[in-house]
Amino acid sequence: MNFSVIPISYYLVLSAVLFGLGLLAFVFKRNIITIFMAIELMLNAVNLAFVAFARAHNQLDGLVFVFFVIVVAACEAAVGLAIVISVYVNRQTLNIERINLLKF
Amino acid sequence: MIPFILFFLLAFVAVGAAVALIVAREPIHSALSLILVMISLAVLYLLLGAEFISAVQIIVYAGAIMVLFVFVIMLLNAGVEERTDFSKLAKWVGPILAFFMIVELGVWLSRSAIGRVVATGSPESYTPASTVGLSRMIFQQYLLPFEATSILILIAIIGALVLAKKGE
Repeated sequence: MNFSVIPISYYLVLSAVLFGLGLLAFVFKRNIITIFMAIELMLNAVNLAFVAFARAHNQLDGLVFVFFVIVVAACEAAVGLAIVISVYVNRQTLNIERINLLKF
Repeated sequence: MIPFILFFLLAFVAVGAAVALIVAREPIHSALSLILVMISLAVLYLLLGAEFISAVQIIVYAGAIMVLFVFVIMLLNAGVEERTDFSKLAKWVGPILAFFMIVELGVWLSRSAIGRVVATGSPESYTPASTVGLSRMIFQQYLLPFEATSILILIAIIGALVLAKKGE
């Protein structure tokens, strides 16, 4: 079956909506782990745009970039969750508004 | 017709799960809906003809990274999210910002020239050979960045170990 009848703009708009929802979750959520997941959602939205553009231009560079984004996201998740664990050990909370040591 | 139905079904699942991520009170529910988003995106990558990226999305994202998230949620016993209201600015400015960004990006993307492209490029140059071509690019043209990511992963492992160990 031929799947290349869908215009690229459909994918791009879906990517924009997912990125916006990720931004909304980033701003709204109070749990530090959920905020992390919002960042992952935004990275996924950007990956979708990369793959759609790669398809539109018929070039594979976009897919290589998506591969690197996934690798960096894995590193970021490992280090970030280690930070979350150490913050929880020190402050006994996951609420982002109670972690305010650096705040004036 | 079938590709459009499939696309809109997947898009609906992805957006619905992203909304569920925001609405859910418990972090574990957010994590499970994020896994749903990632799986529907993986199927969308298949529709776009990127089989390798689709498999990596399932294995690395929905598999490894989200298992790490779920593991940390279980480890820290993260229950229902506490509702605090210290920051009024985020509550009011955030939704307005996100709304304008979605509208602006949506309008701009749907009107741009690239958006009207229906990617019908010769299939033999892209779809069946995409994994072969991708591996050629990674191990030839992008070999140095690829090697750099291995150093990055090593640094991330050391960083995670240092951060997560018991303080003396």
